[in-house]
Amino acid sequence: MRDAERRATLICNSPRCWYLESGMYDTIIIGAGMSGLAAGIRLAHFDQRVCLLERHTTIGGLNSFYRHNRRDYDVGLHAVTNFTAKGATRGPLAKILRQLRFKWEEFALAPQRGSRIAFPGVHLRFSNELELLRSEIQREFPTQVDRFEILLRQLVDYDDLDQDLFVQSTRTRLQAIFSEPLLVEMLLCPLMWYGNAREHDMDWGQFGIMFRSIFLEGFARPYKGVRLILKNLVKRYRELGGELLLRSPVKQILLEGSAAVGVELEDGRQLMGKKILSSAGLVETMRLCHHHPADQLPTAGQMTFIESISILDCQPQDLGHDETIVFFNDHDRFAWHRPEHELCDLRTGVICSPNNYLYEPELGNLPEGVIRLTSIADFDRWRDLPEPEYRREKLRWYDLSLESAVRFVPDFRSRVVDLDVFTPTTIRRYTAHDNGAVYGAPHKQLDGRTLFQNLYLCGTDQGYVGIIGSIMSGISIANSYCLR
Amino acid sequence: MTPAEIRNVIIDILSDISPDSDLTDLRDDVSFREQIELDSMDFLDIVMELKKRYRVTIPEEDYPQLASMDSTVSYLARKMEHVAV
Repeated sequence: MRDAERRATLICNSPRCWYLESGMYDTIIIGAGMSGLAAGIRLAHFDQRVCLLERHTTIGGLNSFYRHNRRDYDVGLHAVTNFTAKGATRGPLAKILRQLRFKWEEFALAPQRGSRIAFPGVHLRFSNELELLRSEIQREFPTQVDRFEILLRQLVDYDDLDQDLFVQSTRTRLQAIFSEPLLVEMLLCPLMWYGNAREHDMDWGQFGIMFRSIFLEGFARPYKGVRLILKNLVKRYRELGGELLLRSPVKQILLEGSAAVGVELEDGRQLMGKKILSSAGLVETMRLCHHHPADQLPTAGQMTFIESISILDCQPQDLGHDETIVFFNDHDRFAWHRPEHELCDLRTGVICSPNNYLYEPELGNLPEGVIRLTSIADFDRWRDLPEPEYRREKLRWYDLSLESAVRFVPDFRSRVVDLDVFTPTTIRRYTAHDNGAVYGAPHKQLDGRTLFQNLYLCGTDQGYVGIIGSIMSGISIANSYCLR
Repeated sequence: MTPAEIRNVIIDILSDISPDSDLTDLRDDVSFREQIELDSMDFLDIVMELKKRYRVTIPEEDYPQLASMDSTVSYLARKMEHVAV
């Protein structure tokens, strides 16, 4: 057997292996998360020869899942944002369903019951109807209602922002609109929590995206969690002839001059491709090209979390807790940055109960009560812990984070029958992003281009976050650079 | 393909791109955009599907011809005259 053939045989065990036939893929995609899978579906649908490479043992990236003590857990998913009801023709959800040829029912999204932003003595409830938030602002901040309408008008055109406008300071813009600083902090809290890679402040463009996805459209979840969405995506990708290689970390991106021509895997295999899409992150992708002039490159993100997951012996509603997501902050200023002195910063957090969605009556509720609690964490301190101490700290911070959270929701601690905690190092393992940065690098490369021809970014560092956002990212980069 | 057959092809593509849209009352003389809110990504899809299914290529400067069913069918009539159903 010739070398090339032998190499190809090693790569391919699927009956339809493009590589064996031609030695060249149309597109190689790095990372089988939401964006990579979505890009793969688009390209395979239009008959491209596509290979999707995943470093981890399973698909999903940040939005993956795992099993622990015979229970299923989701990694990323609290909520799918951008919820619109069946039949809606506008908005990102409708757009990705159309682009990927899915029916609305296939994502099986159940809308949220209702959520809340909780600050000391002040609460703003919100739901998938903007009217609730508007009336809550009227109740808590009567002088600010007209200003809220001004904000809404300014956000209408956020889609068309260029890079300069996109990176403007949201704090500065909001302070110019509102005269109550506390309201600014409260509006920032959930939007930063669910999609801000930058510390302290937020890009105005990102704020617009998050505002729409959370306040104007809203939260939903499939009864079966993120598994359902991933299962649908990977099934479709395979039906269309796409190849997926798990446990296949990329060692380097192969370059000829200033153009990317292929990848070399950690085990030495080389795959050639006309185009390469990378969801590995901007810094991480440049490192795969052996290109790291520190002064020119934007740095990796710092915002990462621990997640304390509690399994209850009852439904959260039995304890009087019927809210979907509570974003809390225990002082007047919302501090969004890496913890300065400890493993975690517990002054703010997100409390999510997957039980508190409006599932179809025939499904009933989830069999067990679940409360997920997210807290800001420091990657370096978690990474540096030796093994026995790492386990101890997980349990210690589980207790501490719950103690902080029950100031804002009914105390559920006596009903906990099982628990798990995942940390920044877990997130790093699933996403391969530096620092386990959940929303990637603070600098977003909106056009997806890199220093190298035929190499493009998709996913978190291209600009869109969340499940719907990353799917949209994969679609739009595939459309722009691989299909036209 | 006859104009009527081309129309069926377009309806078929539209129902694929937008499975939740009701196309039974689609008016041929009114733009798609007004009736089923197709955006530029969807128009790219009509072009790509025609290429995928019938090997018909449409240059970018001709995209405006695809605004409504009437204009699409008359534009494609010549291009798809010899294409088998």
